[in-house]
Amino acid sequence: MKLKRKISSVAVALALSAGAAQAQISDGVIKIGVMNDQSGTYADLAGPGSVVAARMAVEDFGAAKKGMKVEILVADHQNKPDVGSSIARQWYDVDKVDLIMDVPTSSVVLAVNQITKEKNKALIVSTGATADLTGKACTPNSIHWTYDTWALANGTGSAIMKTGGDTWFFLTADYAFGHSLEQQTEAVVLKNGGKVLGKVRHPFPSADFSSFLLQAQSSKAKIIGLANAIKQGAEFGIVKGGQQFAGLLVFLTDVHALGLDKAQGLLLTEAFYWDRTPETRAWSQRFAKLHKGAMPTMAQAGVYSATLHYLKAIEAARTDDGPKVIEQMKKMPSDDQVFGKGRVRQDGRHVHDMYLFEVKKPSESKGPWDYYKVRATIPAEQAFRPEKEGGCPLVK
Amino acid sequence: MKHQRIAFAVMVALFALAPLAMYPVFLMKVMCFALFACAFNLLIGYGGLLSFGHAMFLGVAGYGAAYSAKVWGFAPEFAILFGTAAATALGLLAGLIAIRRQGIYFAMITLALAQMVFFFCVQADFTGGEDGIQAVPRGMLLGVLDLSNVWAMYATVLAIFAGGFLLIYRVIHSPFGQVLKAIRENEPRAISLGYDINRYKLLAFVLSAALAGLAGATKALVFQLASLTDVHWTMSGEVVLMTLVGGLGTVFGPVAGALVIISMENYLAQLGAWVTVVQGVIFVICVLTFRRGVIGELGNWLKKPL
Amino acid sequence: MDGFFGVPPQALFGQLLIGLINGSFYALLSLGLAVIFGLLNIINFTHGAQYMMGAFCAWFLLHKLGIGYWWSLLIAPLAVGLFGALIERLMLKRLYQLDHLYGLLLTFGLALIIQGLFRNEFGSSGPPYPIPRALEGGNNLGFMFLPNYRAWVIVASLVVCLGTWFVIEKTKLGSYLRAATENPQLVQAFGINVPRMITLTYGFGVGLAALAGVMAAPIYQVSPQMGADLIIVVFAVVVIGGMGSIMGSIVTGFALGLIEGLTKVFYPEASNTVIFVIMAIVLMVKPAGLFGSQK
Repeated sequence: MKLKRKISSVAVALALSAGAAQAQISDGVIKIGVMNDQSGTYADLAGPGSVVAARMAVEDFGAAKKGMKVEILVADHQNKPDVGSSIARQWYDVDKVDLIMDVPTSSVVLAVNQITKEKNKALIVSTGATADLTGKACTPNSIHWTYDTWALANGTGSAIMKTGGDTWFFLTADYAFGHSLEQQTEAVVLKNGGKVLGKVRHPFPSADFSSFLLQAQSSKAKIIGLANAIKQGAEFGIVKGGQQFAGLLVFLTDVHALGLDKAQGLLLTEAFYWDRTPETRAWSQRFAKLHKGAMPTMAQAGVYSATLHYLKAIEAARTDDGPKVIEQMKKMPSDDQVFGKGRVRQDGRHVHDMYLFEVKKPSESKGPWDYYKVRATIPAEQAFRPEKEGGCPLVK
Repeated sequence: MKHQRIAFAVMVALFALAPLAMYPVFLMKVMCFALFACAFNLLIGYGGLLSFGHAMFLGVAGYGAAYSAKVWGFAPEFAILFGTAAATALGLLAGLIAIRRQGIYFAMITLALAQMVFFFCVQADFTGGEDGIQAVPRGMLLGVLDLSNVWAMYATVLAIFAGGFLLIYRVIHSPFGQVLKAIRENEPRAISLGYDINRYKLLAFVLSAALAGLAGATKALVFQLASLTDVHWTMSGEVVLMTLVGGLGTVFGPVAGALVIISMENYLAQLGAWVTVVQGVIFVICVLTFRRGVIGELGNWLKKPL
Repeated sequence: MDGFFGVPPQALFGQLLIGLINGSFYALLSLGLAVIFGLLNIINFTHGAQYMMGAFCAWFLLHKLGIGYWWSLLIAPLAVGLFGALIERLMLKRLYQLDHLYGLLLTFGLALIIQGLFRNEFGSSGPPYPIPRALEGGNNLGFMFLPNYRAWVIVASLVVCLGTWFVIEKTKLGSYLRAATENPQLVQAFGINVPRMITLTYGFGVGLAALAGVMAAPIYQVSPQMGADLIIVVFAVVVIGGMGSIMGSIVTGFALGLIEGLTKVFYPEASNTVIFVIMAIVLMVKPAGLFGSQK
């Protein structure tokens, strides 16, 4: 079971400044707990970078000047629901945390969501993917910020179908998350008139995908949908043979680790890219200075954006009571450098534009982190599952 | 043994009073793992059989209790009984396969069986895969005691722990326990005395499995979650570590070991992967120079077995 | 065409070949374990961590010292083997008079330490390691495209495995080793330095693990966790083959690789479990393993 680690307390009350928020803040401090995988598979795409993003948000919000005390705690849930739920319980019971933020790994999301609801606090998920959070598992205590499996399936799936990739083979991991990603993408393919020529579910975890890649190759499907980018893809001459890889869940840091020579041509959907606009570029460069020169992923950008909106909502609602702040976040539109304009729906889903990217060839890239070119923009209202279809009881 | 009775009373008193100063959920976790380690110790410390797959009993019971409470709406006492029964049945099956071999082969078979159980749990629908079974209701004990109240839950866990511990104590100090010890010390002699050693070993194995199951089922209700962590082989390794640190073959060793290891994990948590390193170092030190474990050394110093 | 159970024969042969490649790793690793157990009665749980060290050693040699794959094949096993010899001298030696289980527990603890340290240093996804240039590309065999590197893996491990078997079973050195495990005092009385032989044998077994690690680096992901789950499977292989039998481990390693490959075609979700099922069955029917003899 992992405990908290206090990273920073932002400014003690220099609140001699008049007009300091006379809000009803529990214990006088707003405590935000960033819970994610600090040292494992997802440490690079979220991890300590998310904490950096959260701190940037607190600073940009100007908590100190407004006389609001904000404290950030950090914990490593090791991608296990039992560890995550233990931390959540302890944070809420003992450390009086008000908001849990980030949470990759869908199984942990669901566990923490449950506990947040029981203790009536607040949860904002940035890195976690399960679309159930705004579907049957939705609660008045949680918001899903950055992306979800439906948006990815829809973005990558339909965009690729439009370019003529109409026969698919799926290679996904054999566990609940892999299944759901596969099912949702398959639904999109079939809806657009495509065909699924085969699927294989490899045990999770697996080190060697060669056998499954071989099956994908012999299926002769035009598109091989992979749940995660795979190193061995290049070895078997699959792309030379005319097939293309589609990454169903790929982050900037995955591409960085693979290298452009292995990842080039990969199509993927993300909510954010550091180099897309002058605003995102400026923000990302600030981020990189604080994070060992690594550019932010959509998950980390989401933490920034969500934390900012959360703090603004507390200011407006003059309380840090969980469901009340969430309610306020749904009432106010969001706007920041990173995601631009957006809003939070009744079911807790934050909607914003999504983008289909293609990974550049090594010759097209000017340097490290210059990896994507934009292939298409999916407007906010089409990018996410329609509210009525999710099965969320909060949606009337 | 009078001094052991005193030690038992002290232990229970400590656990009863501790939640006033410490986080009760942490203490409940310690008690569940202490029971798990005691069950494991029964097998290795007294039976001389090192099981490297004990997690399968902890985990299967957890899933059983969680599923029956959540999906079938069992009351907590029945959910725990059901989980324990599931672990016992698995123990019988595994025992029949494993008992025929000794020493390292026995350990390897238990490991293999535990791996099969693990992969089964990953695949099976009812376990929820890597989500696990979440939101397990704690329910009303015997229809009257609302276990969602943390004190009610604590009292229940303490009662279960104390009860399980007493059961193990009685077994160790019974004629059955003596025969087990004899088998461990000198198997051929025990055979020549006419004991059906396989039956004794099997019984010890099933008993150990059942009590490990009891710990697992209770834990599932405390945390309201059953997950793959409980059936993974690293969990089997952890219980070995706890028992080793506390003292193999001592009565109170596993409890001390569980307390040490879980506290260490808690407080070193912020050091990330160092926890694994520290666990490894403890293993190595214990094996090389500290074979009696904490309670073993204490007992040696006091010149009374603990 | 329908082929076998709906799988076209080309696909099947392709899968069998992949299975053979995986089997090469199983064989190499279980060979090391079998050598250590068969000759020294030590269960080397650290084997997985030592495999990982071999892979990292290769990466280190390449990235920090500019030393390429071919030299790494020689240097890494030597380095890691030396480390293994140190472990034996300093720690394992003290446990010989105790129950074997303590050796198991010690090596288990060591594995935790090594893995934890590497994880701290490198995070959990490790660094990339390229396929050596001479082995890049592949050949189209008609039923599949066989990368050259994978073909090399099969050949190299066969050579190493059979070579080791030959040395142990058919040469004088091997016979000294085998005699020393039966009756160390007698062999020592003949003037052979038994403790040194034991240390060297352990080092050799560890070196084999490291060699497998170097060979795995270009195709599997180099990471601190790479040995952890693999070691359990390799134990199963060794137990099935018969814990002391060298030939048993080699044959079982390749065979199990093939079986696993077939399972991946017909029932991929079970490919992790099939080895353990086989192990349980074998242990029930022939407790000493397929090639083993009751000691």
